[in-house]
Amino acid sequence: MSQTSHGIGGLSYDAKKRPWPAEFNVFLALVILVAAFELVGRVFLGDSFLFNTRENVAGIFNEQRLQIIILQVSIVGIIAIGVTQVIICGGIDLSSGSIVGATAMIAMSFAQVATVNGNPNPKAMFIDYGWTDLPVIVPLLVAVGCGLIAGLINGLLIAYTRIPPFIATLGMMVTARGIAKWWSKGQPISFPTDSFAAIGKGLMPVFIFISLAILFQLILTYTKYGKHCYAIGSNEAAARMSGIKIANHKVLVYVIAGILASIAAVVLSSKNLTAQAGMGVMYELDAIAMAVIGGVSLSGGRGSIIGTVIGSLIFGVIISGFTFLRLDAYYQEMVKGVIIVGAVVLDQWRQRRRAVGA
Amino acid sequence: MSDIVLKTENLTKHYGGVHALQEANFELRKGEHVAIMGDNGAGKSTFVRQITGVEQRTSGKIWFDGKEVSFAGPIEAREAGIETVFQNLALADDLDVPSNLFLGREKVLFNLGPFSILDRKAMRKATEAALIRTAVKIPNLSSTIRHMSGGQRQCVAIARTATFASKLIIMDEPTAALGVQETAQVENIVRTLKENGEPLILISHNMRQVFDLVDRIVVFRRGKIVANLRKQDTDGNDIVAYITGAKTGQAELQAA
Repeated sequence: MSQTSHGIGGLSYDAKKRPWPAEFNVFLALVILVAAFELVGRVFLGDSFLFNTRENVAGIFNEQRLQIIILQVSIVGIIAIGVTQVIICGGIDLSSGSIVGATAMIAMSFAQVATVNGNPNPKAMFIDYGWTDLPVIVPLLVAVGCGLIAGLINGLLIAYTRIPPFIATLGMMVTARGIAKWWSKGQPISFPTDSFAAIGKGLMPVFIFISLAILFQLILTYTKYGKHCYAIGSNEAAARMSGIKIANHKVLVYVIAGILASIAAVVLSSKNLTAQAGMGVMYELDAIAMAVIGGVSLSGGRGSIIGTVIGSLIFGVIISGFTFLRLDAYYQEMVKGVIIVGAVVLDQWRQRRRAVGA
Repeated sequence: MSDIVLKTENLTKHYGGVHALQEANFELRKGEHVAIMGDNGAGKSTFVRQITGVEQRTSGKIWFDGKEVSFAGPIEAREAGIETVFQNLALADDLDVPSNLFLGREKVLFNLGPFSILDRKAMRKATEAALIRTAVKIPNLSSTIRHMSGGQRQCVAIARTATFASKLIIMDEPTAALGVQETAQVENIVRTLKENGEPLILISHNMRQVFDLVDRIVVFRRGKIVANLRKQDTDGNDIVAYITGAKTGQAELQAA
């Protein structure tokens, strides 16, 4: 008998022939993509994509490029962690980019300094009230509060009025963008305190992204909440019959997504030292794209945070690769569109193949 | 009264003007396996839906486990000890076997509300025990339901029912979509349940299966119970006569 058999009722099962986890394929795609850019770079430009080719810089890899790639994706990546949970649960969230904009504006207005270079801060929103140089916890709590309220409204609409998530979050997308513009009548809000500016400094966004990714990967794998996300996305009727409180769970999922978007807003506005009403435009679609590229199924029930993280890296490598090949930014946008549609087509194809195989 | 698990008195359900179920009187004793037969639209599923709280009855009374009950929903019925295997399997395709078995009643290590840490080892062990008890064969517990055959899925659904049903199991055409071998496997599980003394209501169109498995046969026709016969007092032709209306059977019903 096979030593790997652990079936029930006398049926043997060879654990070695277990199918690969889907994340492995996504990782493979990342490796192939990097290799392709490396090859094209070597042949046509005589330069390396991945490795360090300069004499005056130490190190094997082109660390500068790698840092840019991961820094570029980490802020949208934070949003994508929330979006992944929403999609696994069978929903969609189009509002995250606008939540970033609104939260950045509102939080930043509580993080401003009173004086800039000895002069009163010209951009300070609440200088008349004396709300300047507040401890960093104030803008942080304000930000989390904004994300929580936005997510709560999304969740309550979806769970109790039963309107499609697409419509509910589309409404929130437009409304939150309106709030972002209204808050300072379209003016940018700048000059944050040092402690607020420290949140997004250097590689901090990467650190925050990775920590949150690990936290939520563990939550999705090892907690009731995670199990119920997959169950609801997989078969909502079955989940309801099993006694899972679907409405409560959906509200919680959208609240978490809203809070993650607001964390992204803090990191982004801190990194840029300013908040603008146009911040986060299209981030929701980038985040959805990262999730879908990472193997999260738009029909719900399948995917993981690890997959989304690898998906975000693929996203970053493509953008960085285009810059490396000295192609115009216009092409980047066009290709991004193709990738988003392509990833969904791939997902559909995977599902059909699975259905035929079953 | 003490050995009666389930009893209905004049159970009636109207859908608008349609009298789907009329004054059904039904009894089920401890350890008894009863089949409900009848044509499509005869009221079998309607009857079950009233008992399991999926729908609310128009009139009539239900006693379960010695108490008069009125379930607001299927979850309440389940908490009282009635488990149902539905025609459309209530399983989450993307979860593995233990997750499906314990869906909505997970074992936890630490209770942190929705973020309670799952006790995966305990659930896996309990799943193995449950599958062995019901003689269900599954090659790999960690594979998702999506990758299983119709029979294996049905077996998982039944194993779940059998694991948690303390008092009554209802199966609504459990083998309707299954092949010969898979049907045999499901029937073996039903026999195991019989040996364990678990009461069961089986809705089925399969005459051979009914005569193989149950003690008593109740026939529905046009929303009414037209026959209530012990297996040894009847045969296939007799049952068909009741189902088609060739025999009305009011006399036998009084006698039984």
